[in-house]
Amino acid sequence: MALAHDGVPETLGKTSAGVAARLLPLVAIVALLVLACLVPFVASSYRLLQLTTVVIYSIALLGLNILTGYNGQISLGHGAFFAIGAYTTAILLERTGIPYWATIPIAGVICLLVGFLFGLPALRLEGHYLALSTFALAVATPQLLKFRLLEPWTGGVQGTYVPGFKAPFGLPLAWDQWLYLLSLAFAIVLFVLARNLLRSNTGTAIIAIRDHPIAAASMGINISLYKSLTFGVSAMYTGIAGALGALVAQFVSPDSFSIFVSLGFLVGSVIGGVASISGAVFGAFFIEFIPNFADQISKAATWAVYGSFLIAFMYLMPTGVAGFLARIWKRLRPLRATC
Amino acid sequence: MEAFLHQLLSGLANGGIYASIGLALVMIYQATHHINFAQGEQGMFSAYVALVLVQAGFPYWAAFLLALAFGFVTGVAIERVIIRPFEQAPVLSVVVVFLGLLFIINSLAGWLFTYNVQAFPSPFPPGLGSRYLSAHEIGMIGVTLGTLLLIYLFFRFTPLGLAMRAAAQNPDASRLVGIRVGWMLALGWGLAGAIGAIAAIMAAPIVYIEPNMMAGILLYGFAAALLGGINNPWGAAAGGFIVGVIENLAGAYVVGTELKLSVALVIIIVVLVTRPAGLFGYTIMTRV
Amino acid sequence: MTALLELHELGVAYGQIPVIHKLSLVVEHGGITALLGANGAGKTTLLRAICNMRVRNSGAILFEGRRIETWQTEDIVRLGIAHVPDGRGTFVHLTVEENLTLGAYTRRDRATVAQDFERVYTYFPRLRERAQQQAGTLSGGEQQMLAIARALMLRPKLLLLDEPSFGLAPLVVQEIFRILRRINDDENVSMLLVEQNASLALALATHVYLLETGRVVMDGPASIVSDNAAMRRAYLGY
Repeated sequence: MALAHDGVPETLGKTSAGVAARLLPLVAIVALLVLACLVPFVASSYRLLQLTTVVIYSIALLGLNILTGYNGQISLGHGAFFAIGAYTTAILLERTGIPYWATIPIAGVICLLVGFLFGLPALRLEGHYLALSTFALAVATPQLLKFRLLEPWTGGVQGTYVPGFKAPFGLPLAWDQWLYLLSLAFAIVLFVLARNLLRSNTGTAIIAIRDHPIAAASMGINISLYKSLTFGVSAMYTGIAGALGALVAQFVSPDSFSIFVSLGFLVGSVIGGVASISGAVFGAFFIEFIPNFADQISKAATWAVYGSFLIAFMYLMPTGVAGFLARIWKRLRPLRATC
Repeated sequence: MEAFLHQLLSGLANGGIYASIGLALVMIYQATHHINFAQGEQGMFSAYVALVLVQAGFPYWAAFLLALAFGFVTGVAIERVIIRPFEQAPVLSVVVVFLGLLFIINSLAGWLFTYNVQAFPSPFPPGLGSRYLSAHEIGMIGVTLGTLLLIYLFFRFTPLGLAMRAAAQNPDASRLVGIRVGWMLALGWGLAGAIGAIAAIMAAPIVYIEPNMMAGILLYGFAAALLGGINNPWGAAAGGFIVGVIENLAGAYVVGTELKLSVALVIIIVVLVTRPAGLFGYTIMTRV
Repeated sequence: MTALLELHELGVAYGQIPVIHKLSLVVEHGGITALLGANGAGKTTLLRAICNMRVRNSGAILFEGRRIETWQTEDIVRLGIAHVPDGRGTFVHLTVEENLTLGAYTRRDRATVAQDFERVYTYFPRLRERAQQQAGTLSGGEQQMLAIARALMLRPKLLLLDEPSFGLAPLVVQEIFRILRRINDDENVSMLLVEQNASLALALATHVYLLETGRVVMDGPASIVSDNAAMRRAYLGY
């Protein structure tokens, strides 16, 4: 039986059941987005802060997914880009008259460049070596941020404050409500961009490099260029997340960007599903809320949970939550078509 | 001049630690082509075992040996139980499993022994010290060099050592001469665990013992292994001493002590980009 | 008397892909059995199956009357089966002497191992000259000799040889086959020899099997096969 693009049998595509099968995910996403927009008006201040962080993390994780899940380059150092984004915003707001919302794309562009430049030498490294290099980058980041010579800019060990702001156009929104919606807006745009990128020819090339680098090269794909570009784009995403994060926290300091930030991103990415877009959202929820529960048990519990989940997931659910759900959805599909 | 000599010798003392970790990393890499990100944590946990034993009244060297045995046995156990199922898994999965191991061991240590920084005893009498090196630093060099020597002799002159080398280089051919490759692998992990324990126990009096004590040392161990040659255990050991000296000299004269860790980063990146085989290693050609 | 090695209706697969179908074969004590056939006929797979390396076996493999098709490779070796694989399987980063030492890894009788070094060096004097050299620096012919020598260090009852002539100059090949004949004569080591070079194999072997896509299409005493011109032309192309 011929299959239409998304696996729904063609003959059924025209039937109401087939149409329903295709529209259902879309309807679900729209419903979720509507709910998401309502959040600032129903959630407590504390919850709102948590959910804002979830949105920000999902942008960061999406960046990591693009690089690791779709392009096969392991990064244990994305916390560095998160830090660069955050500090860019902090420094620009402290030193220049640039409005806060403009610092976010600037942070993105700077991270794009840094990521690309880092990607150039790194692209020669595979698997463990790349993991090692990025691991070293992540460990060194807090130290670099504390560097005495940069202190006038970074505020050194103590860090530096990020000024707050009011909602624009005199909208009747509190600062944190506005920040949530701003982050959500960025997230939606970035998610759509990512989806389009990955479905385009560029995206196919990116994925081909992950799966069959030699075949890709012999088909004329410029591996070096694509790998570095992907690194850059990935860094851009995480940098934008970092910039937003700085605005939320209203403070940046070197110790808030330790190796654990990078490792936390990896955990979120893997749990959510490293080669998926929706996985970034699941992962973000995981790394935001697990520490809340785990910390109540003991200080050590968070990372014990992370570690156990990582190993368990590699064993049972290597494609993460998103991959697991996708498999279930596929199993249910034939049933949907007949009802 | 005196200061320089002090930094140099001190660097060699630290280098012994990095050499040991580098050796452990290369041993596992040679056998499995995986980098054990949890190597430092294994050592740290064994060091805690030693501390607990000493605090319970055991004489230092008895505690030392028992902690060593602990490191060995847990190394074997980890390989058989946790790592074995992922032998054929893709690289990302394996890296993730290693990291998961790192987290679990680290948290377990934090939970059992608290995150408080504690002092760790040194067995070397203060009289051993000289103008340039403290007593412990001298003892440290002695112990690490002694360890490296023993391991060298083991691999070079014993049948088991030969079998382990063979199993790491060519598992299929090893099976054909009757070597039980699986157990050789486990043994390798056990040895690496024991070496890591020695490194941590020697380092603890200087850096103080706490669950995160090995993170920086592990990084230097990586740098050592890469600099020396990731497929040459003795290159890694030599690399360790070189890295130790570079770290101290760079820290004293170039970047300042706060940035010393970035020296490791720079070494790692420079080696990987310019000469991935390291100073003493060889490049492996893969047929396409 | 039972044969040394018997394969009964052996089926061998790589994962889900069957390569050998219901194959039966016999190697007699002290005999040399040659396995001939084109590329892809399954000859290497058959040798791997006997050692249970990376294959799935069905049917029966009997060695000295004992069923071994589910045994681990390391245990099969300890029964006295030495496999010289295609590609030689030498430990290229170890010395010649270390390679030979490993050949005797499973043996408990230290004294006789020392004697065996002598024996092996007598068969292959070139190896004695190169004892401390890294195996990877040896020429192709010398590596093949090393592989065979290492197998002999096991004091095997059965020697499995996978294309020993592969990639070697004719003179070297002749020397190796002469030595194989000596080993069989002097020590009664049975051999199962996989070869693409049919004439060489027929000269050495006592019995011949011809394989095609995983099945035996012809077998018989080597002398009859090589004497029968029609058979030779039909099955061996010369």
